[in-house]
Amino acid sequence: MKKVWKHAGARFRIGLVVTALLALSSVILTLAYTGTDISIYNSFRKNLPASWQHPLGTTALGQDTFWMLVFSLRNSLMIGVIVATIGTVVGVLYGLTAGFVGGAVDRVMMVVADTFIVIPSLPILILMTALMGGSMSVAPLALVLGIFAWAHPARHVRAICLSMRERDFIQTARFSGEGLFQIIVTEILPYLMTWALSNFMNAVLVAIGQESSLAVLGLSSAKLPSLGNMIQWARNRNAIMARQWLWVGSPIVTIIVLFVALFMLITGYNNFIAKKRGV
Amino acid sequence: MIKVDHLTASYKTLDGNVVAVEDANFEIRDNEIFGVAGESGCGKSTLLKVLYDILDFPLQVDAGRVLFTGEKNGQPFSLETGGVRKAWWNHISYVPQAAMSVLNPIARLKNQFLDSIPPEDRGRETKEQTLDRVRAYLEELNLSSETLDAYPFQLSGGMRQRAIIALATFMHPSVILADEPTTALDVVVQRGILMLLMKLQKASRNTMVLVSHDLGVHYQITDRIGIMYSGRMMEIGKTVDLFQNPKHPYTAMLIDALPRVGDKRQRVGIPGSPPPLRNPPPGCRFAARCPKAKDVCRHDAPAFREVSQGRYAACHLLEGEDA
Amino acid sequence: MRRVRFGKYLAGRLLSWFMVIFIGITFMFFIPRFFPADPVEGMIAKILSMTSLPEDQVVYIRESLRMQYGLQGTLWQQYLGFLKGAVRLDFGPSLMNFPTDASSIVMRYLPYTVGLSLVTTVVAWTLGNLIGMLAGFRKNKKSSVVLEYIAIFIYPIPYFILALVVQILFCFVWRIFPLTATIVLNQGAARFWETLLRSSILPACTMVVVGFGWWVISMKAMSENTAEEEYVRFARLRGIREGKIATSYVFRNSIIPQVSGLSISLGGVFGGALMTEIIFQYPGVGQLVQKAITQADYNMIMATVSISIVSISTATLAADLIYPLIDPRIRFQ
Repeated sequence: MKKVWKHAGARFRIGLVVTALLALSSVILTLAYTGTDISIYNSFRKNLPASWQHPLGTTALGQDTFWMLVFSLRNSLMIGVIVATIGTVVGVLYGLTAGFVGGAVDRVMMVVADTFIVIPSLPILILMTALMGGSMSVAPLALVLGIFAWAHPARHVRAICLSMRERDFIQTARFSGEGLFQIIVTEILPYLMTWALSNFMNAVLVAIGQESSLAVLGLSSAKLPSLGNMIQWARNRNAIMARQWLWVGSPIVTIIVLFVALFMLITGYNNFIAKKRGV
Repeated sequence: MIKVDHLTASYKTLDGNVVAVEDANFEIRDNEIFGVAGESGCGKSTLLKVLYDILDFPLQVDAGRVLFTGEKNGQPFSLETGGVRKAWWNHISYVPQAAMSVLNPIARLKNQFLDSIPPEDRGRETKEQTLDRVRAYLEELNLSSETLDAYPFQLSGGMRQRAIIALATFMHPSVILADEPTTALDVVVQRGILMLLMKLQKASRNTMVLVSHDLGVHYQITDRIGIMYSGRMMEIGKTVDLFQNPKHPYTAMLIDALPRVGDKRQRVGIPGSPPPLRNPPPGCRFAARCPKAKDVCRHDAPAFREVSQGRYAACHLLEGEDA
Repeated sequence: MRRVRFGKYLAGRLLSWFMVIFIGITFMFFIPRFFPADPVEGMIAKILSMTSLPEDQVVYIRESLRMQYGLQGTLWQQYLGFLKGAVRLDFGPSLMNFPTDASSIVMRYLPYTVGLSLVTTVVAWTLGNLIGMLAGFRKNKKSSVVLEYIAIFIYPIPYFILALVVQILFCFVWRIFPLTATIVLNQGAARFWETLLRSSILPACTMVVVGFGWWVISMKAMSENTAEEEYVRFARLRGIREGKIATSYVFRNSIIPQVSGLSISLGGVFGGALMTEIIFQYPGVGQLVQKAITQADYNMIMATVSISIVSISTATLAADLIYPLIDPRIRFQ
């Protein structure tokens, strides 16, 4: 990591610092929080302006906006990380299987993966979440989002596999009697890791975006404070009309900062990999 | 005539200058095929770049110049380094190494011909009239005029290189520079391309400069040849003379390393490798690998001079032969 | 021989078009049946929460809802029935506009969404590629570095977030546009177009701004790479003027992958359009979906989702068919 930091450009560093700052502070602050459940209505007086006690004021429902934001950010990141983990793990396993088994199995597996790549995800996510009436908890929501997170990595991993299969060191390993599983673990996985990391970060970004979109439709996990839900709750209570900018604006600004930082981190990291490979 | 006048050219790098061509001083005559030979990294391609005036960073001319004089359609012209670009394709043209990627992959050949023909030459011609001239020219070169409707990826390597040569010679330039024109092709195709170049030169009596690392290529078509080593011109002479009676020890060793029909003797390369171009040692560049090197060779660079009628070389060992 | 490759390409694309729609529709059939939530029981619970009904009426409602949702018979029979309906775009009546057919309502809203997506995609694509091309050509100029950073800044932001920002700025802070725009249908063509344009401006601008970032970034990278290609270098040595090299050599070669990128991005654009419409209350499929969700109009959700899948795959197919027109390597072999 130290090496990456030293050689990757400014874009990578800014992205990493801002992302890490947001993620760490939200996790640490939520762990340190000792007050009552932040979702409870009328914990405080409504619509208070910013003060030392309430750095971002309070909502029209009598909640502390700052702590609401902190928990929302942590939950959004958590959903992103769970979905990205599902997508990356399933995608890598699927791609490895297709790439190494080959033949008809590979062809069928790729038709299915291609379909998942081109199928419009938002409408189907809407259907699934609508059936649950917006009452999902975090785990099923993450599972549903994960349905569309594996196909892209699967296709890419398969392509990497096919090109690696022909390389000399893999052939040598094969002839020297190493089993397929061992070859994958010892020779290919390390190579895949750099790519998988970049894909993982991208999947976090996409998943947070999808969850927020569903939240705006009122279809995300209804009671979970997330960045999308926070915006939606504020909108439902006419926070824009009432010009309660801290309430509706803070999650918007947080999403923008988080997304730009993540994107800078990803592109900076990809540039670094490309440079390292001498492409 | 092309006069290369005490030319020194180098690449600017962070660690200082890499001198790729040093004090080259010779002439290329009208109506001849002049070959430039040498190992890779000897500066032959850089020399060609300077001749064609491709002085893009980090390549630059440090001293000397190149002067072209001649006539085209009865009009005399003269060009000098820095002003050759305006005559590109019209007076002087360039044939690159045969490769898939030198032609626009998504344009038909006829459009690539039209792109290359300057508007002055087309005058008031319609597209079809110009293409008719191109067709006629292709037929002269024994290339089917259907080639014009093809995309580059539809042609074989040899066909593509013939088309590129047609492209480079359509304007009947007085000077044609060819950089390893046959290197990537197989031997049979290679021979066809060389014959085509030779035929073109005989027909239009222009000057052709051919750079190749392959002495066999030079033996087949060049009239005169220059041998380069580590940025320096080592020997220039008539190709036939030079192959029969090499004067410079380096030339002698290069020719000795060539395989010959019916000779089963094991060939050995020249031991050692060329000196670094950044901060080269004083004296003759070849001294470290030369079996006949004397003390003076390691301290003083030999002058490049005429050692016999029409024969030039840079070697201390040839001092005595001076008449 | 010459046309073989193109035929293969066409067949591949048609097959993929068909597969996407087929698997998508099949997916939609099985999702509700394997989900723990039962839409019929959900509906009945909703009705019972409003009024109390005798048991025999509940049974009757349950039966009729099952019929309208196509939930009678074995799974296989239901599936065949569903496919048959889907081919005719028949997803049963809309419950919030009973007894109007759900898909006919979707078809009424669809042109607005398709129009919005199509116009903004074309504008964003053209603008983004032009700017990206310029930035790629002048890669060391300050202006192009600034441009790239703006693109990097905007691209990752989701559609609805930018839509919210635009709405807050233009409707609340500066009050340039009304909060909700209505399209007037019954006062003649001129009034219709005027109101349509007025209510489309903000959603369209949002979608163009989000959309074009990616094209700037990718076209800049693409044209920079192409400018280093040997055929561009050789074109320079042939004395061809820079303008011609920029258009026929660099631009034409860089734009090819951008067209295939276009067909890949269309699904996302449609999703973005739904979100943008909801924020701006633009009368398209997005708004319809939102209404259907809040009123638990299950048939309507099925109809919008299915028709969305068909329209997106068809648009993708159309974009894929442009590809061979500009890349001869796919047309001939």
